[in-house]
Amino acid sequence: MEFLTDILLLSDSTLRIAAPLILAALAGLCAERAGIVDIGLEGKMLAAAFGAASAASITGSPWAGLVSGILVSVLLALLHGYVSISQRGNQIVSGMAINIMVAGLAPTLANAWFSRGGQTPLLPNEARFTEITLPFADLVADVPLLGAVYSDLLSGHSLLTYAAFAAVPLVAWMLYKTRFGLRLRAVGENPEAVDTAGISVTLLRYQAMIIAGVLCGVSGSALSTALGAGFIRDMSAGKGFLALAAMIFGKWKPVPTLLACLLFAFVDALQGRLQGVSLPLIGEIPVQFTIMLPYVLTVIILAGFVGKMEAPKASGIPYEKDR
Amino acid sequence: MKYLFVRMLALMALFVVPASLASGQNFRPVLLYDIGGKFDKSFNEAAFRGAERFAQETGIDFRDFEPNSETQYEQALKRFARRGADLVVAVGVGYSVALRNVAERYPDVKFTVIDAVIDLPNVQSITFKENEGSFLVGMIAGMATQSGKVGFIGGMDIPLIRRFQVGYAQGVRHVRGDVEFIDNYVGTTPSAWNDPIKAAEMAKSQYARGVDIIFSAAGPSGLGVINAAKDSGALAIGVDSNQNHVQPGFVLTSMLKRVDLAVERAMQQAQSGTWQAGHYVLGLPEGGVDYAMDEHNAALISDEMRQKLEDARAKIISGEIVVADVDGGNEGH
Repeated sequence: MEFLTDILLLSDSTLRIAAPLILAALAGLCAERAGIVDIGLEGKMLAAAFGAASAASITGSPWAGLVSGILVSVLLALLHGYVSISQRGNQIVSGMAINIMVAGLAPTLANAWFSRGGQTPLLPNEARFTEITLPFADLVADVPLLGAVYSDLLSGHSLLTYAAFAAVPLVAWMLYKTRFGLRLRAVGENPEAVDTAGISVTLLRYQAMIIAGVLCGVSGSALSTALGAGFIRDMSAGKGFLALAAMIFGKWKPVPTLLACLLFAFVDALQGRLQGVSLPLIGEIPVQFTIMLPYVLTVIILAGFVGKMEAPKASGIPYEKDR
Repeated sequence: MKYLFVRMLALMALFVVPASLASGQNFRPVLLYDIGGKFDKSFNEAAFRGAERFAQETGIDFRDFEPNSETQYEQALKRFARRGADLVVAVGVGYSVALRNVAERYPDVKFTVIDAVIDLPNVQSITFKENEGSFLVGMIAGMATQSGKVGFIGGMDIPLIRRFQVGYAQGVRHVRGDVEFIDNYVGTTPSAWNDPIKAAEMAKSQYARGVDIIFSAAGPSGLGVINAAKDSGALAIGVDSNQNHVQPGFVLTSMLKRVDLAVERAMQQAQSGTWQAGHYVLGLPEGGVDYAMDEHNAALISDEMRQKLEDARAKIISGEIVVADVDGGNEGH
């Protein structure tokens, strides 16, 4: 029974940790499928987290926070777009510049506006996306196994967590079932062909950046207004890069990317659970070792188990019409 | 090209330490904060309060500086030392290496460093017995727990934080022998101090496994723990400064580290001429560590509990109870 409770707890934790990862990975996926390498996910997340926390703390409404988080993130995505689409600059440099800029700017602005050492005030529950209890969750809680799964695991997450999981089929539908999605994929594989067909490469890529900005904005807002309660410097803590790894591991496809995010989140939840646990023969596992697990796993998976990677062909290459 | 170079120099000058040290007074103290800024509602702010108190009592102004990155530590120290500050107080173990380098080069300037130990003739090192304060909050946890399970969440896994953990565990055991512990560390790199999401996730996991009180020694990450306590309807224990007000009713108490006292003391000593180099440890007898009581947690801690705490405090001061410690708690890292 205790084993079962542990599994439930771990899965519950996995869903929570995975939510911002999934959104950020989908953002990266949309950008790269359109031919823009987006290494600035981390910075956009952090900026959105800051924007959302500031707006939510001033207005007291999580929705105002979400909107401003998305706005900030879209603006940065457009900046990245301007550098890498209009100006044909180096996309890695531009993305990295956004990361570094936000890491410095967000705490500085927070200090100037709120005077709390680079943090925003803690948000009260009214200004956060709090946990939602799904209908009938209390009623079915006593049903063995299935009831527990429904009421403990599926129910009791914030709106943004559910949004993250809903975003996966939405993005997949957009990419594979709509005309826009077809063009978006084409512009990442063979922009010349798209251009020859009389469709603007520039416009399509900007649209892709806006979608990426929105997704990343929700992801960052989830950090500061749903999972956490306020902005703290560097609170994205490498999640943007982890999302990038998950996207590559998922071979630039929505569903495999979702699975990769869930795997990373599960290992992260597991490492917290394994700390201080004594295993037979080995004894207590040192903290350093358990904390290393997610990263070791990333290296092993990326180096050995993924197989052939096929990035979108035009990814990272600026399009020049007159070549 | 040369013009550009000059302009860049001018621009850089804007970012470094303001040059105008007050020159009218005889005594010129300087306070250097750790990263996090003056108003971090914790460590640095406590230091600022101490210096403010000194300024109010004596009418002597102090200079301060908020570094944005660790690379500015040495720069700031050098600049103030060169401009003839009488006393430079540096807050935080992060200053260890920078201060050792600078203090050697400026033997006439007095330096006081808080939380680090540097053995030089012009450096006063002040550290705290965090284990003794943690012992007291551990006792509170031991007396208040109903499930018989208590948790600890540390920030970065370094000896300094292990010292909190050791004292805490001993305090819990002192009042109740059968308590179960669950310990977590957020990480092994400095980013562990700024990851409230991960800390909250660990706290939620601990609460779900039956823990009802968690002591977090994790800097800003600890805010995630306090928030998780509220979400789970359980209790947390704050650290460094009084965090009882963060989520009133869900913070059992806070382990206080009286940085304000240390800063004020160093400045007073330097002004009156009683300042001496060496290593000073502020524990319970000196009032350097304590547990926090205020209107937010008055309902959570009964008079009977307080009585036991004061007994234990007296016994620690008299040496009857010896609180264990770990090695290397204040080494630079």
